[in-house]
Amino acid sequence: MNSKRLLLGDEALALGAINAGLSGVYAYPGTPSTEITEFIQLNPLARERKLHSHWSANEKTAMEEALGMSFCGKRALVCMKHVGMNVAADGFVNSAFTGANGGLVVVAADDPSMHSSQNEQDSRYYGQFAFIPTFEPSSQQEAYDMMGYAFDFSERMGLPVLMRMVTRMAHSRGVVAEGEVRAENPLKYPEKTRQWVLMPGNSKVRYKELLKDWDKCEQESENSPYNTLSEGTDKSMGIIANGIAYNYVMECFPEGCPFPVLKISQYPLPTGKIKKLVDECDSILVVEEGQPFIEERVKGMLGTPKPIRGKLSGDLPRTGELNPDSVREALGLPALPKQGASQVVMPRPPALCQGCSHRDVYAALNDVLKEYENPKVFGDIGCYTLGWLSPFNAIDTVVDMGASISMAKGAADAGQHPSVAIIGDSTFTHSGMTPLLDAINENNNMVAIISDNLTTGMTGGQDSQGTGKLEDICIGLGADPKHVRTIDALPKLHSELMDLMREEIEYPGLSVIICRRECIQTARRHAAAKAKEAKK
Amino acid sequence: MKTDIVLAGVGGQGILSIATILGAAALNEDLYIKQAEVHGMSQRGGDVQSNLRISSSPIASDLIPLGGADLIVSLEPMEALRYVEYLKPNGWIVTSTAPFVNIPNYPEMEVLEAELNAWPNTVAFDMEEMAKEVATQRSSNMVLLGAAAPFIDLETEKIEQGIRTVFGAKGEKIVESNLKAFRAGLEFAKSKM
Repeated sequence: MNSKRLLLGDEALALGAINAGLSGVYAYPGTPSTEITEFIQLNPLARERKLHSHWSANEKTAMEEALGMSFCGKRALVCMKHVGMNVAADGFVNSAFTGANGGLVVVAADDPSMHSSQNEQDSRYYGQFAFIPTFEPSSQQEAYDMMGYAFDFSERMGLPVLMRMVTRMAHSRGVVAEGEVRAENPLKYPEKTRQWVLMPGNSKVRYKELLKDWDKCEQESENSPYNTLSEGTDKSMGIIANGIAYNYVMECFPEGCPFPVLKISQYPLPTGKIKKLVDECDSILVVEEGQPFIEERVKGMLGTPKPIRGKLSGDLPRTGELNPDSVREALGLPALPKQGASQVVMPRPPALCQGCSHRDVYAALNDVLKEYENPKVFGDIGCYTLGWLSPFNAIDTVVDMGASISMAKGAADAGQHPSVAIIGDSTFTHSGMTPLLDAINENNNMVAIISDNLTTGMTGGQDSQGTGKLEDICIGLGADPKHVRTIDALPKLHSELMDLMREEIEYPGLSVIICRRECIQTARRHAAAKAKEAKK
Repeated sequence: MKTDIVLAGVGGQGILSIATILGAAALNEDLYIKQAEVHGMSQRGGDVQSNLRISSSPIASDLIPLGGADLIVSLEPMEALRYVEYLKPNGWIVTSTAPFVNIPNYPEMEVLEAELNAWPNTVAFDMEEMAKEVATQRSSNMVLLGAAAPFIDLETEKIEQGIRTVFGAKGEKIVESNLKAFRAGLEFAKSKM
């Protein structure tokens, strides 16, 4: 039996966490982080140990739930996509002040090139900003190994740890050899109790300690097995490369890199190692996946007259992910011979699936809104964001999770009519309930459409936290039950959908319309599972 | 050995089952593997690709450089052409000719065929037709994998072993049907070499 497995970077992290004695994972689905939690939900050892792996309502609740588990001495994992860090930020930043009791690892999966995201923010800034040490694997094996290391590190330093992934690491498979399996921690409460109560008096004391901890973390980075400085024969240039960027550098030198290379996979930056490299070399090339985090700091740290090249100097592209080709060019190597691109290939943008219920909602909404002079539709994050594209061209804004309802409220405050929000069921319970409360309290003249497909569709069909409860939630928040309307989103109900939407747009107050039909993808899966069951 | 493959198709067509079988075969051989795939928004009917790299020595990058691929394996003719910049000048294109039309400005088939045929090394055929002939339409991917097999530096028996590993749980009948499809594709490609 071969003990090696072919795993996604996400799966390698998950397996590393389980084998490191994890007690619970807390997460909201988001590309490219979703597979971490899904792996734990299906893993036999995780099931045997009954590890917590139920989805959380959003990244903030996930972060704080994990912090509670850490408070009790157990090892907890939080997973999210990079923009989830914005939602979790309150808990995340303050968790540096409370510190960790049981090991606490926060995975932020960045998406440079925005394959499936609205921006390409770099989570390393959050680590630096919050004084939370950060790790960044460069291979699937390293992702596995680093998870155990990070949990030990978190407990040893008494701090949460940030694990930064990028799409190409999260969604790329590689061979992983498993190590030992550790037991879960027993319940054990913090010895230092004051720092868990962030009142000013306690926080003032703790902040000074945290800054000292940060210095210790830098010393750890200097000695880390993940920050390696390789000797080169040609000192005309020294290379600093982070995480996956290191791989692209090595790809360009199949016979070995002639230049000294400092690989960075643990932060805060190891100042000593960087100074050593700069002293030895005539110039520095910083190759980093993400924003120019290292490049900015190296420039500020050194005040050296030696040239430092990277993204700020324009030697590497400032936007989008790196690849072997952009790195090759920055290294001054000739491109490989190739043919020109085909001239006949057309772009093939993603689209809502045929048979998707969101299509029926947009079709009816578009037809109703033709009756008005200046309708505005505020969209949200999910499959239905694709409603902006043709053939629907149905929405005017998409910003972040929940912003449809809040922006429609602000627009209604400004006098906009019709002001329509369209949001999915999972996004609604993630961040739509609180702005709906605002709109209910002021009885804004607007319509919030919840396009309920009973799942978190865009990320592949995870459980949605509001399923079966949406009407109760809206009425519980104070919405007028007469204006919380539910209808099946079906092509044959097109005129009924239109009538209902028209009525609620005409009603001069807040309305919620819940358009409901199961996601076509999960419906197919459920039907197949049912057929399989019937065969037995 | 070292083979770098770009797998191409449209979201939902199932390029990853080909990657899974080759991955299983390479893992059995104790080879190094990297396979980058695309999840999320683009899976909804958009163009999708996967970079699969198999080697007897360590592989650095998860992505194949431009001009670095030995082979493009595509479930769809236009998608095969999307990645020709990644192919080595003497690399092979193995593609199905059955178009997946979900955009209004999809090019004329004659234009696509002319460009595919202009490429020095191409194996182009309707994988669904062939799959229906020898097995079932559901084994189309295996026909395509069979046609790609001669250009991959893995012994044919090892890839067949991969098919057995991946489909084993579904029963002997499914395994045999997929092997039949695989062998039909293989014979076809050999006749074109």
